[in-house]
Amino acid sequence: MSFEVMKDVAKPILTGFGITAKRLGRKKVTIQYPLERREQYTRTRWRHVLTRYDSGLERCIGCSLCAGACPARCIYVEADENTDEQRFSPGERYATRYEINMLRCIFCGYCQDACPTGAIVLRKDFELANYEREDFLYTKEMLLEPIREMA
Amino acid sequence: MPKRVETLVLHDSSTPVFGDIEKGGSVVLANKESLLERLEGAASAGRAHALWPLTFGLACCAIEMMSTVAARFDLSRFGSEAFRATPRQADVMIIAGRVSKKMAPVLRQIYDQMPEPKWVISMGACASSGGVYNNYAIVQGADQVVPVDVYVPGCPPSPDALMYGILKLQSKIKHGDAKRGQLKLIELKARELEEAK
Ligand code: SF4
Ligand code: SF4
Ligand code: SF4
Repeated sequence: MSFEVMKDVAKPILTGFGITAKRLGRKKVTIQYPLERREQYTRTRWRHVLTRYDSGLERCIGCSLCAGACPARCIYVEADENTDEQRFSPGERYATRYEINMLRCIFCGYCQDACPTGAIVLRKDFELANYEREDFLYTKEMLLEPIREMA
Repeated sequence: MPKRVETLVLHDSSTPVFGDIEKGGSVVLANKESLLERLEGAASAGRAHALWPLTFGLACCAIEMMSTVAARFDLSRFGSEAFRATPRQADVMIIAGRVSKKMAPVLRQIYDQMPEPKWVISMGACASSGGVYNNYAIVQGADQVVPVDVYVPGCPPSPDALMYGILKLQSKIKHGDAKRGQLKLIELKARELEEAK
């Protein structure tokens, strides 16, 4: 009887604790996410950014090539001509409206590949979850990089 | 008892629509707050830290949902490690993957079987809006079938992105409205696009 108890109850418990004790010494693999963030891989693609030249002008020329390359059809571009009084980009044209539906986007990076001026890039900001569907329509103002302060 | 009126709306709500569109969705007619509901408000902090998700995945996003529970990201730090195989014991439904039109009634039935209070996380581009599959087979957004509380974009969202969604849901449960089971009106607001020019 007591032998049965030893074999069926105590032994499995001790084996279990033994495994726990063995693992205690090992390196911890868990990333304490909200407190620390893991290092993202070099080619990680998340939230888009519309970049600027060093002069502060927008790189985007409103050519809609990104919208054409997008497999999810989630980019919408409306372009207009630059004038000398109102200049947004160095070229002839600029984007008046630039919208990405982040919810439909699959973060494939095709838009980044298609862009002739390197305006749209996908960076590593992954915390995009939100409560409302309309919050995911990212407009040009939300995507544009802020003007860098001149040193 | 709060009364509930339910109508379903079918339109591709992922396409940007400006201005008024036809209203739809379930509407919970709010009643005066009873004592029981106030007690529930106090209990919601406890609920937020013991969200038991429902075990099911609809497509590739489920793989990332699984690795969210694994050792590297370890969802059990937030009390959500107990994935339940029956809707009767689950609090939160993580729609992980595209919802096909054939699956939509099943999804709704599982949702109806879950006890109140219940929440829904729409994980990934497909579940939230149809993603690349803008075609005849896929429901263009799970919010046309069940009320969604948190949308997590990505294809698939990485485990930390999903975890951020779960943290968002927790803060909604703790600080937000206690309007459970409410399907929001799918209505896009017109934004001032000209002002920034
Ligand atoms: S990452 Fe892909 S899906 Fe997203 S906007 Fe760019 S091309 Fe479209
Ligand atoms: S982001 Fe690039 S590809 Fe897209 S419209 Fe602007 S310049 Fe053209
Ligand atoms: S969002 Fe991407 S990973 Fe998720 S179900 Fe759709 S195709 Fe699969």
